[in-house]
Formats: sequence, C-alpha cells, structure tokens
Amino acid sequence: MKCVIAGGNVKVLGRAVHSLSRIGDELYLEPTESGLSLRAVNSSRSAFAAFLFAPLFFQLYEPGSAGPDTELFRCKVHMKSFLGVFRSLPSLEKSVGKCLILLKPRASRLVLQLHCKHGVTKTHNLAFQECERLQAVFDTQRCVSRLCAPARLLAEAVVHFPPTLAEVTLGTGTSGRISLRNYVEDDAEPSKTMVTELWLAEDEFQSVAVAPGSHITFCLKEFRGLLSFAEASNLPLTIHFDKPGRPVIFTLDDTVLEVHLVLATLSDLDSSSQCPSTNGVSHLPAPPDDFGDDLESYMAAMETSEGCSEGPPSPTFPLRTPQPAKSKPQQQEEEEEEEEEEEEEGAVPGTPPHKKFRSLFFGSVMTPGRPGPATTQEVLAEDSDGES
Amino acid sequence: MSGQAQGRQCLCERLGPAFSDKEKRKGGIINTIVKLAKTCILRLTVCKLYFILSDKVANGGASMWCELSQGNFFDEFQMEGVAAEHNEIYLEFVPENLWRALKTAQSAKAVKIKLTNKHCPCLRVAVELPSLSSCSRIVTHDIPVGVIPRRMWNDFREPSMPDFDVSIYLPVLKTMKSVVERMKNLSNFIVIEANLSGEMNLKIETDLVSVTTHFKDLGNPPWASEDGCQSSGQGRDLESMAEACIDIKKLQQLLAGQQVNPTKALCNIVHKRIVHFILLHEEVSLQYFIPAIA
Repeated sequence: MKCVIAGGNVKVLGRAVHSLSRIGDELYLEPTESGLSLRAVNSSRSAFAAFLFAPLFFQLYEPGSAGPDTELFRCKVHMKSFLGVFRSLPSLEKSVGKCLILLKPRASRLVLQLHCKHGVTKTHNLAFQECERLQAVFDTQRCVSRLCAPARLLAEAVVHFPPTLAEVTLGTGTSGRISLRNYVEDDAEPSKTMVTELWLAEDEFQSVAVAPGSHITFCLKEFRGLLSFAEASNLPLTIHFDKPGRPVIFTLDDTVLEVHLVLATLSDLDSSSQCPSTNGVSHLPAPPDDFGDDLESYMAAMETSEGCSEGPPSPTFPLRTPQPAKSKPQQQEEEEEEEEEEEEEGAVPGTPPHKKFRSLFFGSVMTPGRPGPATTQEVLAEDSDGES
Repeated sequence: MSGQAQGRQCLCERLGPAFSDKEKRKGGIINTIVKLAKTCILRLTVCKLYFILSDKVANGGASMWCELSQGNFFDEFQMEGVAAEHNEIYLEFVPENLWRALKTAQSAKAVKIKLTNKHCPCLRVAVELPSLSSCSRIVTHDIPVGVIPRRMWNDFREPSMPDFDVSIYLPVLKTMKSVVERMKNLSNFIVIEANLSGEMNLKIETDLVSVTTHFKDLGNPPWASEDGCQSSGQGRDLESMAEACIDIKKLQQLLAGQQVNPTKALCNIVHKRIVHFILLHEEVSLQYFIPAIA
C-alpha cells in the first residue's frame, strides 16, 4: 500500500488518529478499494471506531493489488507509536506539507514519512503485526431512533459534565426534548452524588426521528474523542440508537471521509418503565409537554410531577438492581448470544464485572463472492490473547 | 441528616437576567472556597449568606468565615427557616459541586437555586442558557446537601476577633501568592512576621536553605480602640515583630483562590498563636484563621 496525503488533510488525519487513540491501544490499518480505513477497538470490546478515508482524500492512493488468492494487506500498529508521529497538531499544520504512508507486505516496517518545510524529512518506521479484519457488527438501519446535530451543539452540551465522568444517559422526553444526564452507578451513594441534567429543544437539532421515552447510557470518554474531531471538522454528527443494550452508533459523513463510532450501551432490563430516568437513584422526571421557556414554570413542573418516584421518599433508596445481562429477552442472532456469554465468562481484569455493557460482536466478516481468509474463521486471534 | 427541620425549610433564590456580573462574583467566592476545603457549611438567614468552615482536624485547624448580603447577589430571595425565632437554615455541602454548577452558568440568562427534598435534601441549581432555538436550554444540577439540625448550630458561630499583637495590611496578593508558591516547594511551614511599622517578612527555613522575603511600607490598619486594649499596640514597640509559624499549604490555598484583588486585605497576628486574615471585597467579607504550629 502506498498513499500520500497533502496539505491540510495531514492535520485531518492527525486528528483522526487522536480520536482513535481515545478508544484503543492498537491502530488497525486496512486499505480497501474504497479507501483507507483506520480502526480501533477498546480492550473490553465495548467501543469501536472506524475512519474511512476515500481515495479522493489522498494525493496518491494505491491500496496495493489483491491477487485471486490474497487479500489486500492489513495490519495493526501500536497506537502510541502511530500517535507519536501526529502528536502535535499545531506543528503538523505549520510545518508538514506531505505525509507518505508506505506498507510493503514483505517489509518489516510500516513507513510514515513526513515531508516538512525547509527540506526536512522525518521518517518513522513502525513495527506492525498482520491481523484479521476488525469489524463490529452493527446496522444503522435497524436503529429505531436517530438524531442529527451540529457537533458544536453536542460539545456545548457535554461541557456541563465533569471531564472525569464515565457514563452519560441520553434520553428523549415525551415533548420532543432531548436530555443528557450523568449516569450514577447503582452502588454509588445517592446522598453524595451530584446529578446534572441538560435538556435540549428539538429544533436545536438538524433532524430528530426518535421513539419518545427512550434512553441509552454510554461511555462519555470514548465519545468525547469523536466529538472533538467532529467539532474541528465542522461536520454534523448523527446518532443512531435503539433500545438500551443495543449499541449506539455515531456517524460523520463527508465526501471524502466516513466515520463510525459504535459504543455499547448499558442494558437496562426494566424496559417497562414509564419514565425516561431509570438510573434507579435520582428521579428527575421529564418536564411536561407544556414546558415553556420560563424557568419558573420548569421549576414548578419539577415540584409537582412526582409521577416517577419509585416509592415513599425515604432516606434509604429503593435500589433497583438490574440482573446480569445474561438473560436477554430478545436475541436476534444466536451467534451474538453465544458471543455474549463467551465474552461475559471471559470477562476478566479489563472488564469491570458490575458493568453490564454488552460487548459488540466481533468476528471475521466474509465478503460475499470472495474466498474467506485462509486462516482461522472464528473470532480474531487477538481476542483470546486479550482475555486470557 | 435529621429531618427535623426539613418540612419547614424552603429556599428559593433567583438571579434575574441582569445578573451575569453578580454571578461572576458569586462564582468568585465559590472559587476561593473550593480551594480551601472538601466540605463547607452554608448558613442562610433572611439577609445574609454565610460560608463557614469550622476548625476540624481535617482542615488542619484552619477555619473560615465568609459572609455576604443576599441582596447583592440575588434578584429574588425567599427563605423560611426552622422556626420563627430561628429563621435560619444550615446546610453542609461539597463546594466543588456548587462550583461546577455555577461554572456553566457564566453565560446564563437566569439561574434559580432551590432547596428541595425529593429523596434526599438537594440544592437544585437550574440554569437557563441561551440557545439558537426558540426554547432555551435548561441545565439542572442536583447537589446533595446535608441539613444541619438546630442543636448543632452552636458549632458554627462567628469566631471572635482574637486579641492580636500586630495588625498589618497585606502586600499585593498576586505577589504574595507567587512568593508563597515558590516557597511551598522548599518547605512545609512558613513564618509570617510583621510589626507596627508596616514591615512584613515571609520566612522559610530548612536544613539546606533559608529564604526570607521582605515587604515594606505596607501600612497598619488603625483599629479604633473601644476599650483601649485593642488599640494598635499602645505601648508596643513599633519595630518589634510578632510572628507565627503556619502550614504553608493553608496559606497557599487561601491565596490561590483569590482571583480579584480585594478592596482591603489585612492580617492580624497573635504572636506564636494564630494568624487571622481578613479579605474584604465590595459585597463579601472573608475571614480565615490559620493556627500556628506549636
């Protein structure tokens, strides 16, 4: 594979790498006919990101040739090494004119060469490992709800939450408003935890097609990486989501770039709950439909709408303990279920046991019409290494 | 905390549209307090708010008393205390939470703070933010608080002015802050000494090094002598220094929290006992007591 990125696109690539570095420790490079794909997955397999740069993004793009028996070459490198090349975005912008990425199958190194001002050339030779295709299974078409917003809106929303916050719950109120709330763990002490909730009006979004009263909880940290990329590129962000437990998919689309971020969501087994706030601890009921601009009426509404309280207001909280996600009611793919159980059983140090995030299904993906890879058919070899 | 007073207590403070200036000031106070302690007491009376840190062991014996008039900060203020003759509310809260909540209110259209008790007592801070759409964005922060029962209110009385030996105006806080910050790298304790001729020294001493910074012409506040004994050192030698050795971190924390130069900043030193700092802004007065290390 050989590709050359020129001018301002070098910085875009750099930003993409920064974004991916928030996800996982390894960067997967996959040159395809439709462009170069950079991917990452986190250790607990609950976050997956893919940046696909179309051939037009490059000054020169040669994915390499795939013979009848061989596929286009894929590899993965240490994220730290790759990120190191693009670490300082301002200096990329200022001094780098061109970036060359060269990957020869029989070579022992991935070559990254930066052509800078004043005739300076910086060549980085990175060790790489061959690998299977990294692909999470997801389908935006199957998602019930979809939101599209300028990245700036979401960035402004997220600023209200502390940088260390792990999870956030996105909810849809009955009046069309969208809420974001910090997720409080079940075992956290309610009298010590601050709860922040933000409500956004429907017309702040570019498009809203959501099932009212739905909510999903996902990891904010991994999302922030994509958000800063989206903000810098000024692209609108689309959020596809479904029931709790089904992954949430964030997408960015451009003529030369396609980005997907797939995050697992917390599965919440009490899907029969009427109110959107099902953290089980603090109940901020959705504002009623006639929620006006006025702060007064909002506060009044908060006071009066008690509909969602879980029981007598007492100092001790009636805690809801969702059962482990093993007994999932609906399972579309059997494989998925098996994979789930495997993942759960294999959930060791990296995966905090009390988190009920469902891992995404990873497997080797067979493209129709092409012979499958000669090597193993099941889950990527790396998986078992990572989990043992 | 006990539910004794909860039924009768309600608090509603509202800052109207023209409040952004006030908000910055309130944020400024919280900014100071955040640096000083992990938890703080808020005492509410009809006209004033007090932020109190009592000298628990956790604070290293330091204590703080900060008072402000609610009229300077709120457009609307309603409060109902425990009982008619005890029309006050005492709340324990984590300053960092309030600071975070107010931080995002810098550009707000309106902020409303209410004491609620849904599942546990909370200060609900609701912020109305401008947005491009027809409806504003609303952010609410539920800050858990502990309600302090009346029987414990005596623990939080205003500390009395100590019988000081020297009272002196502080140097420009920014300068003092940078000096103290550098000294902090070298030693855990700092000696503050001052006399009635407007001279102050900040000293640290370790096995390897000793550093002293001298300030001159600071001026001494003229305390009116009510009964003659608090007068500015009647009979006291003007050159003689009163000193106290205190935990440098406490001093650094106090100075770090000062964003704006106070209208008046001074300290009273009781020789080898305690240093009492008084910082006065237009609407806020802050007193901080740091005991001397034995």
